[in-house]
Amino acid sequence: MERIPILKLGDCLIISLQIDLHDRLALAMQDDLANMVIETGARGVLIDISGLDMVDSFIGRILGNIATLCRVLDAETVIVGMQPAVAITLVELGVTWDNVRTALNVERGMAFLRLHLDASQAMQTAPEETHDDADAGD
Amino acid sequence: MTTPTPEIEVLPVGSEDDVVRIRQAVRRHAVALGFGLVDQTKLVTAASELARNVLVHGLGGQVRLEPLPVPISGARPGLKPGLRMVFEDQGPGIPDLDRALQEGFTTGNGLGLGLSGSRRLMNEFSVESRLGETRITVIKWKA
Repeated sequence: MERIPILKLGDCLIISLQIDLHDRLALAMQDDLANMVIETGARGVLIDISGLDMVDSFIGRILGNIATLCRVLDAETVIVGMQPAVAITLVELGVTWDNVRTALNVERGMAFLRLHLDASQAMQTAPEETHDDADAGD
Repeated sequence: MTTPTPEIEVLPVGSEDDVVRIRQAVRRHAVALGFGLVDQTKLVTAASELARNVLVHGLGGQVRLEPLPVPISGARPGLKPGLRMVFEDQGPGIPDLDRALQEGFTTGNGLGLGLSGSRRLMNEFSVESRLGETRITVIKWKA
């Protein structure tokens, strides 16, 4: 069965969708990505959809699911490269993607992930210091 | 009914691969009729939604793609070409059409945007549905 390749770059995973997705392939991608996030401990996921000439409600839902799923698995997702005609159609169709982060292109998407990962790393060190302070207070 | 044109095309809707083939056929017709990129995308997306409905809810069926070119003789001014797409299945039918057309209403596992969303993407949209026979006809006219 055909598969969408998932590339690992540092602590990020990268997918570039270049073929017309049928439903099974989209679902397989969702499963593969979830497994890969767990296996690699990736913190960021970038999905390039510049090769898609249409996104219908099913593919829209899968991409939205992936963003939610990855967040649950402690990874941030950014979807990049949507063609203008696809964006116009998607909005008119009624797909809102309220919890999906998007960026114009791969470069901006990676910059967002970098920023986000650095910020969350800083957040993770901060509570420990507070904890130490509390211990010291006792 | 308009007279059928030679380019009329009937495609089966029996698998997910058929849905992909239908998208490609719709794109081809839309390009041939001179639709712009945004309207091509709207046609392909609506076709994908409605073909999936036929597959999931109608247990398979067929789609008829009818290009509506401007007639050469007796053309009225302002008449534009269009593409008519007719989706037919012999499934159980749509029991509550008003609800099915509501945004967000779904009996499947989708977003419930298939019917309401594709209606917004098209210029004309009509549904005839009863047990064993559902027909959804949509038309988009060239802008």
